[in-house]
Amino acid sequence: MSGLPLVALVGNPNAGKSALFNALTGARQKLGNYPGVTVERKSGRLSLPDGRPVELVDLPGTYSLDPNSPDEQVTRDVILGRQEGEKRPDALVVVVDASNLDNHLRFALELIALGLPTVVALNMVDLATRDGLELDATILSRELGVPVISTVAVRKRGLDHLRQELDGLMSGAPAPYTTKPARDFDAVRKEARRIARAAIVRETPSRRLTAAVDRVLLHPVIGFVILLALLFVMFQAVFSWASAPADMLEGWVTALGEAVTNTLPPGIVHDFLLQGVVGGVGAVIVFLPQILILFFFILMLEATGYMARAAFIMDALMARVGLSGRAFIPLLSSFACAVPGIMATRTISDPKDRLTTILIAPLMTCSARLPVYGLIISAFIPARTVGWGVGLQGLVMFLLYVFGIVGALIAAWALRLTVTKGQSSGFLMEMPKYQWPRPQDLLIGLWQRAVIFLKRAGTIILFTNIVLWVLMSFPKAPDGVRQSEYSIAGRIAGGINVLVEPIGFNRDISLALLPSMAAREVAVSAIATVYAIDAEDDVEALDKGLGERLQGRWTLATALAFLAWFVFAPQCISTIAVTRRETAGWKWTGFMIGYLFVLAYAAAGVTYWTAVAAGLG
Amino acid sequence: MRLTDLPLRQPAYVDLIDWSALSPSEGQRLREFGLCEGASVEALHHGGFLGKGPIACKVGRMTIAMRRNHAAAVTVRTGPDGAGAENEA
Ligand SMILES: Nc1nc2c(ncn2[C@@H]2O[C@H](COP(=O)(O)OP(=O)(O)O)[C@@H](O)[C@H]2O)c(=O)[nH]1
Ligand SMILES: [Mg+2]
Repeated sequence: MSGLPLVALVGNPNAGKSALFNALTGARQKLGNYPGVTVERKSGRLSLPDGRPVELVDLPGTYSLDPNSPDEQVTRDVILGRQEGEKRPDALVVVVDASNLDNHLRFALELIALGLPTVVALNMVDLATRDGLELDATILSRELGVPVISTVAVRKRGLDHLRQELDGLMSGAPAPYTTKPARDFDAVRKEARRIARAAIVRETPSRRLTAAVDRVLLHPVIGFVILLALLFVMFQAVFSWASAPADMLEGWVTALGEAVTNTLPPGIVHDFLLQGVVGGVGAVIVFLPQILILFFFILMLEATGYMARAAFIMDALMARVGLSGRAFIPLLSSFACAVPGIMATRTISDPKDRLTTILIAPLMTCSARLPVYGLIISAFIPARTVGWGVGLQGLVMFLLYVFGIVGALIAAWALRLTVTKGQSSGFLMEMPKYQWPRPQDLLIGLWQRAVIFLKRAGTIILFTNIVLWVLMSFPKAPDGVRQSEYSIAGRIAGGINVLVEPIGFNRDISLALLPSMAAREVAVSAIATVYAIDAEDDVEALDKGLGERLQGRWTLATALAFLAWFVFAPQCISTIAVTRRETAGWKWTGFMIGYLFVLAYAAAGVTYWTAVAAGLG
Repeated sequence: MRLTDLPLRQPAYVDLIDWSALSPSEGQRLREFGLCEGASVEALHHGGFLGKGPIACKVGRMTIAMRRNHAAAVTVRTGPDGAGAENEA
């Protein structure tokens, strides 16, 4: 808490609160960081015209003060001053969508009735104009009894005016706090409608762009095919677009390694830097382009308004496994990372629905698996096309995603019949208007992702790798014995190996399994470190790429089993931590870890035995 | 006529809603979406690949999606719009 006056942005979902928040606070935002800090609190600093700073919070969107989901509850509690760790806001900025005034004014009236100093931002006036609506903010202000400012958040229009009004509000004496008994819902609705009609000066029939696009995108068959095609293109792109920048990064990492070799005398410091730091972390960094491409697609789907359509299309299918289309949105974000995915389940109102979605979210192939899949696929799957310009490597990648999805659907179905049994939930959702996302917003989103990834590489991945390097480098093996087997880590891996040998895993994998619990990408850096250490005196081996070295040591059956393991294994600590937080305890977290390990073991085993039987062993 | 039977893109307005067929929270959410007696509605799209899917409809100026069992609780009457009914109140 900053001690500054607190102003809260409130309003219906999609009114433009976040856009307004970004426009008002610019770069001075405090974004939630996982894990630990909860994400729903997004705050930033805003300067009033006289330079006084004010803290602005962007609250989750809600349709009324009667919460329907954990997310909406936060909004209500903050506004009523009941939220732990947050003081009651000193003023409200109520954001309403000018092109959907009747509906948004109802909530605005509910908020104004609370008696807090309030200003209304009549946002999206550009879209209202596009829809043939002309509104009079003065009439609106008179009817509502609070200042009303027309804004276009995405073009920064009306912001100075809004700041001035806030200045006026913050200068007044603190308002007495009221929670007037809520007026009858219907009465407020009628009032909202009356005011909306009074404020609309002119109304011409709207161009219905959104409805026309939806005819195609929501079509039962065409829409489904388009959704699948979009996902397919996304996974192909992850491979094909990334190869050039990834090669470039790899070149840099190699150059850095050579620089270390050339400048430092042979010895422990040299080995540590080359094997533990450059080799290990570098092996992960080269996957940055793939991760950014994936996030690019997900940010696009969200910003255009397509995500809600994907939910609509998937609802019938999700209903079959006892979930709703709404659950598809957190699941799709889990392709990027399960942590924000699990947090996004807060918008699901039904507790059992939500729990089921949390439990299956780790089965969605997150971006941290990309380095692992990428390494194995490029080492073992030939880079040729299977026709129509479809690459075999991209296809295998796509199949791995499909296995995760199918596994998740089956798991949801089984969970809904047993541990999360209950009435199936409904599907009620607003379909926002289509929007062309602004490039700046996309770039900011991608930039934030890149920073998070590089931070991971520089902290948790680096740290795990250093520990691993130490455990693998000592004690020194006598001649003729492999260092990776003789070392402390090698001996621990030997113990794990007993458990995973039946499913085709070798000692390299056993070594990588434990550290990859910290972050999945560590599997790649760990294997890279193993080979760097073992190849110490073998100059020729060092020159080979990691993939080439893998080909010499692993069979195809083992590689496939390893991939199957990664489709299902619960692996990363951040996911486990966020699950514990969101399910409020270890009970369901433990359950999740258990069932995912069992699935992973079985999947790897079945893959290995089948592959061996098919002569690939 | 039920909302489920309303032909696509035919303006209509809500005659009656059987609130008892909806859970309290579902009813509340529909009300918050502006679905109430007298509101103008228009069915836009019927979803459903692999089974009957939800219905997307326009309520006032907003597009919302709901499942068929909920849409079946809404009785509609065709006509230019629901303004007449709503304005009386
Ligand atoms: N055309 C237009 N689009 C806007 C405006 N304000 C927000 N948007 C867009 O509307 C969508 C929803 O905005 P967002 O800020 O995420 O809404 P929130 O749910 O209230 O936080 C985004 O795609 C924004 O870029 C506006 O004034 N004009
Ligand atoms: Mg928002």
